[in-house]
Amino acid sequence: MSARDDVLAAVRAALVPTSTAAGRVASGVSHGGTGDAPGSNGETSPQEASAGEAVVPSRAVDRAALVDLFAERVADYLAIVTRCAGAELTTTVAAALDGATSVVVPPGLALDVLGAVVDDDLTSAELDATAAVVTAAAVGIAETGTVVLDHRADQGRRAITLLPDLHVCIVHENQVVPDVPNALPRLDPHRPQTWISGPSATSDIELSRVEGVHGPRRLHVILVAD
Amino acid sequence: MTAAPEHPTFLGMPPFPAAARVALADTQLRRNLAHATGTIRAKRAGVVAEVDDWEELRQRAAGIKDDTLAHLDEHLLTLEAALTAAGATVHWARDAADACAVVAEVAKSHGIDQVVKVKSMATQEIELNEALAAQGISAWETDLAELIVQLGEDLPSHILVPAIHRNRSEIRDIFRDKMAAAGRAAPEGLTNDPAALAGAARLHLREKFLATKMAVSGANFAVAESGTLVVVESEGNGRMCLTLPDVLVTVVGIEKLLPTWADLEVFLRLLPRSSTGERMNPYTSTWSGVTPGDGPQEVHVVLLDNGRTRALADEVGRQALRCIRCSACLNVCPVYERVGGHAYGSVYPGPIGAILNPLLKGVGTDKQTDSLPYASTLCGACADVCPVAIDIPGILVHLRTQVVDAHRDDSVPKAEAVAMRAAAWGLSDAARMGLGERAAGLVGRFGRGRGMPGGRTALGWLPWPGTRWTSARDLPLPPAESFRAWWKRAGRHEEQR
Repeated sequence: MSARDDVLAAVRAALVPTSTAAGRVASGVSHGGTGDAPGSNGETSPQEASAGEAVVPSRAVDRAALVDLFAERVADYLAIVTRCAGAELTTTVAAALDGATSVVVPPGLALDVLGAVVDDDLTSAELDATAAVVTAAAVGIAETGTVVLDHRADQGRRAITLLPDLHVCIVHENQVVPDVPNALPRLDPHRPQTWISGPSATSDIELSRVEGVHGPRRLHVILVAD
Repeated sequence: MTAAPEHPTFLGMPPFPAAARVALADTQLRRNLAHATGTIRAKRAGVVAEVDDWEELRQRAAGIKDDTLAHLDEHLLTLEAALTAAGATVHWARDAADACAVVAEVAKSHGIDQVVKVKSMATQEIELNEALAAQGISAWETDLAELIVQLGEDLPSHILVPAIHRNRSEIRDIFRDKMAAAGRAAPEGLTNDPAALAGAARLHLREKFLATKMAVSGANFAVAESGTLVVVESEGNGRMCLTLPDVLVTVVGIEKLLPTWADLEVFLRLLPRSSTGERMNPYTSTWSGVTPGDGPQEVHVVLLDNGRTRALADEVGRQALRCIRCSACLNVCPVYERVGGHAYGSVYPGPIGAILNPLLKGVGTDKQTDSLPYASTLCGACADVCPVAIDIPGILVHLRTQVVDAHRDDSVPKAEAVAMRAAAWGLSDAARMGLGERAAGLVGRFGRGRGMPGGRTALGWLPWPGTRWTSARDLPLPPAESFRAWWKRAGRHEEQR
């Protein structure tokens, strides 16, 4: 028998005594609610209903408070947060780049960044020699201060936000959701994703947090008013 | 090409009591552990207190995991189909040898003799690095703590922070002495400042990330419906390994499955808070097979059994397969805090290791494994913090029963069995019991001991074979007079007053 057959047979043999009615009933109780497609029935899906503050439909949430919380929680991780109006974005990004000598941007970023190179399959060595990257984001999560990239054209492939030492990430206020349960339905599990909560860090030496190991050591989130 | 340093293994470790005795004598180790576990306990408690529905989240997580395990065959087939549709190659592995062979074959098919690794318990468990080394392939750990362990030719002692037993000065010495032989040397004048040490690791490993063509990872979660694998990390070494090489092999224990993408909402809230005491870990990467033009273009997934179906067949023990490897149970365990991880003789130390190892390997064949269910005071702190509500003390007791049952027919009975038989003989007859009580009373009257909390006195030692009890435990001095003797002398009359 192949390893596949053996493993599946072993799983089935292990489950024999309980894979009868009892198992099915228990599953219906414990998991029936969360097994449904995420967000398929809007803001009041069962998983959100049982997730604390997420019960409040996002339309009723005080958007301003939500965005404030996001800004505060991102800054908690020692990332830099700058808030600006849409019209100020170009100058705010330029300031955030802080004189970086070389900048890369993804091909779909709808913003002119002075002197930036558009990523066109740059090699890892070329990206490693690049000081900064400017991208958009897919979702911002307020409770955890997380920025999620799903690496569409305005965010670029994963490598460009990994090798440069400064990541300037543009998040629009209407992309901010309250928490993880509200973020997942907005994201496609078939796309690669990177969830970023502050700059790279480690707690491996005496469990003291040190910022900046392998990823960008500086994360600058620019939060754009709608 | 530099060869990776020799890896010592846990093979041949003595049973827990012997290993623990050695560890307890190491005061530096105990200082390092007390500091580290104290820090992480406080952080965890702070961020867990922020979540109003924590208990409900734990119960939901337990429910999702139990339900997934109850239909694991179906979910595995769903995952296999989704991964294949997304361009990944799926392999199945009955045991460590199967899994290691798959990884080695993938490397050899590309003529690769060096791989970078994301920290992964599954690959530690199957001793992949040793297996690859035997085939002439160097496997480089890229997690900072794993790097410290690998360069120090040491063994991991914690699930989350394998080098928790090392302090900053020890780490500085390891980097200074060992980095050069493995690649880029540590900078001149390296201090023991954690930031400087992290900086040295960044430079040392960047060279490897850029040059290496193949990576090996584990996965924290595997979403069956979409074939999405999830790696939760802090440093960015995971992102490096998952993004830059051409070939990626991920070894996934079959208990890592979640049916749906939405199920992650529970686990992504529980894991970082339980593990590093953060609202969210710095980086979480997800991917489903191959993404054209982004990341590795050849993706393999190895679905690993290696004892998991044995654990699954144990109806009491199977809940241990809910474990998401957060290590919260280690950090609160009074036994772990004093003896550290090495004494457990496995990559899975602490309370979860004390149940997981016997469940994965089976009891009755190996003294070391059989000793683990006893490596606990059954205080229950582990069960209280477990984010997936595993009843660790309950399983420990269940496994102790299994160990005892497995040794009932031994030609030489255990000391405990002999003592129990003697006690049964003494206690089953009133005259024999009275005799015993009088003997105990003499000890109580004339015995010398030391003070115990609460004002009672403990006997310092018993003659052999009683030393086996008193060497590690207090034996309260018996009272000079037994209850029955007191009752005969005075009790009856007191009642009439």
